[in-house]
Amino acid sequence: MAILQVNNLRKGFGDTDVLKGISFSLEQGQVLAIIGSSGGGKSTLLRCLNFLETPDEGEIWVAGKQLLSASEEEIRQNRLHFGLVFQNFNLFPQYSVLENITLAPTLLKQGTAEQIREKAMGLLEKVGLKEKAESYPHQLSGGQQQRVAIARALALNPQILCFDEPTSALDPELTGEVLRVIRGLKNGGNTMIVVTHEMEFARSVADVVMFMADGVIEEMDAPEQVFGDPRSEKTRAFIRGAQEKF
Amino acid sequence: MFTQVTLELLGGFWETIKIFLLTLAFSIPLGLVVCFGSMNKWSPFRRLEAGPLHFLSGWKPIRWLTRTFVWIIRGTPLMLQLIIIFYGPGLMFGLPSMPRMTATIVAFSINYACYFSEIYRGGIESISRGQYEAGQVLGMTKSQIFFRVVLLQVVKRIMAPMSNEIITLVKDTSLARIIGIYEIIWSGEQFIKKGLIWPLFYTGAFYLIFSGALTILFGKLEKKLSYFRG
Repeated sequence: MAILQVNNLRKGFGDTDVLKGISFSLEQGQVLAIIGSSGGGKSTLLRCLNFLETPDEGEIWVAGKQLLSASEEEIRQNRLHFGLVFQNFNLFPQYSVLENITLAPTLLKQGTAEQIREKAMGLLEKVGLKEKAESYPHQLSGGQQQRVAIARALALNPQILCFDEPTSALDPELTGEVLRVIRGLKNGGNTMIVVTHEMEFARSVADVVMFMADGVIEEMDAPEQVFGDPRSEKTRAFIRGAQEKF
Repeated sequence: MFTQVTLELLGGFWETIKIFLLTLAFSIPLGLVVCFGSMNKWSPFRRLEAGPLHFLSGWKPIRWLTRTFVWIIRGTPLMLQLIIIFYGPGLMFGLPSMPRMTATIVAFSINYACYFSEIYRGGIESISRGQYEAGQVLGMTKSQIFFRVVLLQVVKRIMAPMSNEIITLVKDTSLARIIGIYEIIWSGEQFIKKGLIWPLFYTGAFYLIFSGALTILFGKLEKKLSYFRG
């Protein structure tokens, strides 16, 4: 059974249809990379999955259970199936690195203070920032902040971890450390959806690549297929354009 | 003579301090209520978008009412508000008038709450949407996001305009004499009849020392919040 099943998801803002009927599924442990030009609907899709936007139509199923969004409380519960790492990290500036990670589990009463702390320290070790536990976000580099944000998302054990262009706000020399962490998570069996402009990363890490254009899934297949022998003309043009940059 | 003047002025200064402290105690929380009102999004007619009454669809009555109220309070002199609140109930409705100090605190608290509400609103609206969204995807409730994530960042950002407004309040307390509060300037003015001008300058020293102390206090608070950026 698929861990995630999305059926005919539609979302518009005013007169603009951003998602025009998106359907796909994802298996447990798979990594899905979503690529495509800006404005194609990638981020909106991710935001709908995290219920930061309410879809106009369509269904989202996680592990065989449909997520409904009738009440605020339902929406809040739905969000816990997913984790989201933002382009701009969005760490809480007034909390230390450790507190950023422990805040949500503490509010959700997911254990004793000691258990939550221990788990957070374990996650910090995983992203290589154990020694920064007491630092504040502004004392860290962008790459370090993003790794903290990943640890913060992991602290709630989401079934599916989403990344919205996790390296787009970073200096080029800092993207490597973040991508390495994501690669490590894949090896740890995490199910992930990564919206990215890093084509090489998508090709090497993803199990499935989705190319989105104008609010529809133009092509979705194994990375060798999408990058090596794209079926659609739009995909081909996009991949060619992306390769020419290098 | 100096001791006598000092004692007299201290009597007036005590009234000044009372107005100052009570006004802050009421207006700081009341300002938050006014602020939430002026940001309220309730819009009962939004379903009329397509019909002939479409011009009503965007109307947010709570926001509109609050902002109109803030406009009136900020747009008229505090002295006028003092007079109306003290004499108004009696002259208009034949009600017994409030004690002078009560009327003063009511007028000052409402007036300052309106100013504070706009400072709060500016602070709250300056927090990036990403902070709210980060809280949301971590499963926090609206009030958890406000109190655990947003509030301290807002406090840090509004420190400078708040200290400005609070120092203005120190000096605005002198307006209360218009409804008969024996505050420090009035007590200093008593000595003019005796041909003494220096007690008036002396009242100025009280204000300076008081606002100086507040400046130091705010500097300390700002420093305390400087451990983070944002």
